[in-house]
Amino acid sequence: MSGPHRPRLPAPRGPLGELVLPGLLSPAAEGPLPIDNVRDVAAAGPDADDLHLVLWCLHHLHVDGFADVDPAWEWAPSRVAVWGLLADHVEAELRLATAELVEEALAADGPVPDRLFAMVDGFGGASVASYLRKDGTAEQFLELLVHRSAYNLRESDPQALVLPRLTGAAQSALAELLYDEYGAGDPGRHHSGLYARAMTACGLSAAVGDYLRRLPGTTLVVPNTMHVLGLQRRLAPAAMGHFGVFEATSSGPSRLLARAAERLGLPREVFDYYDEHVEADAVHEQLVFRSICGSLADTDPACVPELFFGAAACLVVEDAAGRALLHAWEAGRSSLLDDGDNEQVAV
Amino acid sequence: MSGPRPVRTFACPGGPLLLRGAEEVVDGDGEVHVVRRPVVAICRCDTSQRMPWCDGTHRSLPPERRPD
Ligand code: FES
Ligand SMILES: [Fe+2]
Ligand SMILES: [Fe+2]
Repeated sequence: MSGPHRPRLPAPRGPLGELVLPGLLSPAAEGPLPIDNVRDVAAAGPDADDLHLVLWCLHHLHVDGFADVDPAWEWAPSRVAVWGLLADHVEAELRLATAELVEEALAADGPVPDRLFAMVDGFGGASVASYLRKDGTAEQFLELLVHRSAYNLRESDPQALVLPRLTGAAQSALAELLYDEYGAGDPGRHHSGLYARAMTACGLSAAVGDYLRRLPGTTLVVPNTMHVLGLQRRLAPAAMGHFGVFEATSSGPSRLLARAAERLGLPREVFDYYDEHVEADAVHEQLVFRSICGSLADTDPACVPELFFGAAACLVVEDAAGRALLHAWEAGRSSLLDDGDNEQVAV
Repeated sequence: MSGPRPVRTFACPGGPLLLRGAEEVVDGDGEVHVVRRPVVAICRCDTSQRMPWCDGTHRSLPPERRPD
């Protein structure tokens, strides 16, 4: 259960936010969100910072909600309609961005799990972990903790949404994996709990949503992609392809980040979180690609392109998120947005 | 109490051995490693930096140096 602390709804960052967020501050019974206007803004190609803040907030009504938002908005028809419209927009963008990677994987030979691993290993991509291991500062590491808090404080929750949409071997493998993510019966090993302890030890807030105003679209699209894939039955195979890549890009980088945390003298809890993921995700990557995605491909070969789509979506989204951080740091700037009265992120 | 659970294994092609139901793993030097998760991955490529567990390093090996 979540504690009593809930964030306040953030201020809009653009026309989409202006249409949606202020409306959520009134009781749901007082009237629908302006779906037609939202459709027009979405069709015009909204700015990513604007779009992903709105999408994150709409999803968060299913999870913890906001201190100043009526809980009845969760299933208000116009909220559901706006979420669906924006989710479709994000899905279409992801399909475009991943078309080439998906084609390559479909054209390759071999078992589906091997082709999923090959897609990851052949991708390259921005490595924030290598940068922090070698050159990063403690402030930059804390910025990374803040960015990743958009997902890690709720680690595995979006994937848990997929559990009732699977059957048989795939379902039992996902349950097995989630059991490990949630601490295998030991609350002290619960992964999002480990993350919260790491943030708190660094003097950061571990309350979900406290840093929302500082997170750019390139960061918020990471959890949003998981929600878009995880909350729609049609996209369950894509959600699992995505999860596999998420796990398969974790062990190595976690090892680098654990070393970076040691080198920079960060609190032990930061090391602990990343150290746990070196070993855990070397197991999890096998479970997702082989036991979940492999079973899905065996039971229904038609879902193979969707497994590759989800996998590729994770790669491109994570790469963009990482590049945004590296660009900011190379330019000597903070990678977090300036919201005017920032809660200071500093050691 | 029921008897010990059967240990089940699955060899991942090119990667580790997944082990379910084990309580400890004894390595080649006789050292005992306690199993703390529902499934563990045992390194089969001998390049892991945290033996006996797999740490994903096998993925950077050329195919001919990977386990079957
Ligand atoms: S089998 Fe994975 S590191 Fe050796
Ligand atoms: Fe985890
Ligand atoms: Fe994991």
